[in-house]
Amino acid sequence: MKTVKVLGSGCKSCVATAKLIEDRAAALGTAVSIEKVTGIAEILGFGVISTPGVVVDGKVVHAGGVPRADRVDSWLRATGQSAPGAREVDVSR
Amino acid sequence: MGDPFASLADLVTYRAFGLAADGPLGAAVHFFVEDSTKIFTLLVAIVFVMGLFRTVLSPERVRTLIKGSSHGAGYLLAAILGAVTPFCSCSSVPLFIGFLEGGIPVGVTMAFLITSPLVNEVAVVILASLVGWKLTALYVGAGMAVGIVGGVLIDRLHLERWVEDYVWKIRLGPVVHPEAAASLGDRLRYAGGEVSQIVGRIWLYVLVGIGFGAALHGYVPEDLVARYAGAGNPFAVPVAVVIGLPLYSNATGIIPVAEALLGKGVPIGTVVAFMMSVVAISPPEFVMLRKVLKPALLACFAGYLSVAFVAIGFLLNLLFLQPGSLP
Repeated sequence: MKTVKVLGSGCKSCVATAKLIEDRAAALGTAVSIEKVTGIAEILGFGVISTPGVVVDGKVVHAGGVPRADRVDSWLRATGQSAPGAREVDVSR
Repeated sequence: MGDPFASLADLVTYRAFGLAADGPLGAAVHFFVEDSTKIFTLLVAIVFVMGLFRTVLSPERVRTLIKGSSHGAGYLLAAILGAVTPFCSCSSVPLFIGFLEGGIPVGVTMAFLITSPLVNEVAVVILASLVGWKLTALYVGAGMAVGIVGGVLIDRLHLERWVEDYVWKIRLGPVVHPEAAASLGDRLRYAGGEVSQIVGRIWLYVLVGIGFGAALHGYVPEDLVARYAGAGNPFAVPVAVVIGLPLYSNATGIIPVAEALLGKGVPIGTVVAFMMSVVAISPPEFVMLRKVLKPALLACFAGYLSVAFVAIGFLLNLLFLQPGSLP
């Protein structure tokens, strides 16, 4: 079970990001709990200035816009504690 | 005509629809077709090209750059970076707090926040292609001046006491920079994503702006405009700013309206004041800023911008209307 936090004050892109992660998790059959973090202090506490940001299992993996679907897949596929950062898994489509 | 967009508009309006070139409907349709094809083509092209370079200047990097600059240069740097750094207005609150937490003065931060929506590369290119470089240069210069002067005033008057108290207590984690695309393929894909995101966000504003511009161009008689908004009416500038206050559009969306107004003979200063008022002061932006600014500072901010836009309007009208164009 992965814990995913979507950081953002509720703008359109943040909603789209949460939806995308939900959809990809369903497609991959990965169990996730998605939490939307809207508190500004908490968002900045993660060091994220450009929203939306994404936190997977306590680690910030993304900031500044809706992530690409293949990036989302790579976070969801990764096992254990090490959610991959920038481009550990590059799935070319 | 060498302009492919004008030729296309000729073709659609006069050939396909069979409208008369001198009728109001023909004029409006021609304006709409020419401007919508031209603006959307430019919009997609510029956003795509900027998307390729976007990772060079993220708000996070701007924060680092400004942090390292001296106080005085900070205002100028903030205004310049505000003009070239695109960011979603939904990020303005975290951006504001993030800047302050990094030790950047409130005034410098506000200089960035004022300039950013007013001046951006998309608006600059489209403005230049529709109304020429002279007005564009004036618009950019005025927009940056408003940001710099506003920032200096906020710091000189120590208005930071009117920033919400909780803001000062927030501590940032290690700043996460949006990841830079590495390969060309990644950059192209990123730029494509930028196009769909940004165009998806503003297309309606742009279309409504073009619609207004077209209606104005086709149906509003020139002498009517001249009587109320012409150089002879000293109240035209403040009234233009007041009308613009509750209206909200993206900088790109207001350009076709400005183009139509200029075409009807509205003086340049009045048009620039109206554009700035529509773009910079808007209810949604203020709801956002209210989260970090106490009402007193918000009121000062709105008051300052209104006065500044009126002053810019009068100044530009004075500079450009002198040679015999006053009635």
